[in-house]
Amino acid sequence: MLKFTEDHEWLNIEDGVATVGITDHAQNALGDIVFVELPEVSADFNKGDDAAVVESVKAASEVYAPISGTITEINTVLEGKPDNVNSSPMDDGWFFKMTVADASELESFMDETAYGEYVAGLE
Amino acid sequence: MTDETLLKRPLYDLHVSAGGKMVPFAGYSMPVQYPLGIMKEHLHCREKAGLFDVSHMGQCYIRSVNAGDPAKALEKLMPGALAVLKPGKMRLTLLLNDEGGIEDDLMVTRTFDADETLYVVVNAACKDKDYSIIEDKLGSQVVIERLDEHALLALQGPQAESILAEFAPEVAGLSFMESTMVTLEGTICRVSRCGYTGEDGYEISVPQEEASAFAERLLRHDDVEWIGLGARDSLRLEAGLCLSGHDFNADTSPVEANLNFVLGKKRREAGDFPGGARILAELANGALKKLVGILPGGRAPAREGAEIADMDGNIIGIVTSGGFGPTMGAPVAMGYVPADFAADGTDIQLIVRGKPLPAKVAKTPFVAQRYKRKKIS
Repeated sequence: MLKFTEDHEWLNIEDGVATVGITDHAQNALGDIVFVELPEVSADFNKGDDAAVVESVKAASEVYAPISGTITEINTVLEGKPDNVNSSPMDDGWFFKMTVADASELESFMDETAYGEYVAGLE
Repeated sequence: MTDETLLKRPLYDLHVSAGGKMVPFAGYSMPVQYPLGIMKEHLHCREKAGLFDVSHMGQCYIRSVNAGDPAKALEKLMPGALAVLKPGKMRLTLLLNDEGGIEDDLMVTRTFDADETLYVVVNAACKDKDYSIIEDKLGSQVVIERLDEHALLALQGPQAESILAEFAPEVAGLSFMESTMVTLEGTICRVSRCGYTGEDGYEISVPQEEASAFAERLLRHDDVEWIGLGARDSLRLEAGLCLSGHDFNADTSPVEANLNFVLGKKRREAGDFPGGARILAELANGALKKLVGILPGGRAPAREGAEIADMDGNIIGIVTSGGFGPTMGAPVAMGYVPADFAADGTDIQLIVRGKPLPAKVAKTPFVAQRYKRKKIS
């Protein structure tokens, strides 16, 4: 189940675990990504907490925990290849996986079509 | 500030049509990047040639009103040897306040005019301040003639000479920090061999009516790409060049900012510039703090405002410019540390998002400057 947030993050939920990344729109707006700071595995977050940092040549931006939960895995490849976020934001550029502590937090998110319309409305 | 109140410079429409991302900068709407992106723009400039619109900067003529040398007058406010400038020669200098702090850095060029008029370029964010300081303090000796109707383009990179020489072969004969009037595409322009990237290149002052056509003509060259303010910042940082208002400000002395080279030898002996006592004392005894280059140990950039700590965690200074250096392939920074920590190779820590990250004080420029200096014959 693929969901999108208004903060331009995506979540792919499978078996109670959400894989989280930023969208193509987000990577495009940020520009060339040169550094990604990932959370610690087993760190607990509440929805909206700062969970990761993504830095472009120009500036640093926070990546929020889109839901409450515990980090189960991080994409350590990004430490050496942060530009995977630019080249493959929805696949190789994933940031972290986290448990879904409260499934009701998923209800407000958009599906792919709705997110596409949301982004179109911003431009 | 809303977009409506931002000023537009003559090439605005050209940037928009090139896909430039326009952002507020010093009250102007200027391109921070183009579709190529900051990383590729930066690398393109180092490899071929980049075209920058820096028309937001302040250009002016400074003329004498009393038949004196306008450069001699400016020396009252600036510590550089300016009166000795021969026609066609230019110099980086500093506008100092009475405490010896740096109000701005600026380029002063001696024109070929018989009255020894100067062509001066100041930073966009400082132009009104600079002009009013000069008018207040030197109004009886000089008059400022603003060149607001001129665009300023910079063509920078290893191909800049061969490309500009296609329009006017004589530009190849200019050395670094030389300037002259050249006819480009039928328009008389000022061409100066200088820049803010560490690369060889030129700054070209073009009347605004002709600026877009000339920029488009340059861009038709396969090796020329638009470069935005984003890459301009990473290029100048790798080249170890200060950004006014960031790497120094009105409290910072030239010695603290590691800009001793702008202090003329005879000017030092005389000490006849604002804040002379402070600056001469710092030259003799060293300043308490110093601007240094910093290489973070990891991949995390440390941005302007990040604190610098010693290895025991005591805060000792602050980062004034920092980011990722595309040519370095690594983060780079500059900042102020106490004199005891200013030696190359000194271990320090940078506090990034609350965490101390290892770093070392390092020599600048991080990327070697490639200016075409005059050969000493």
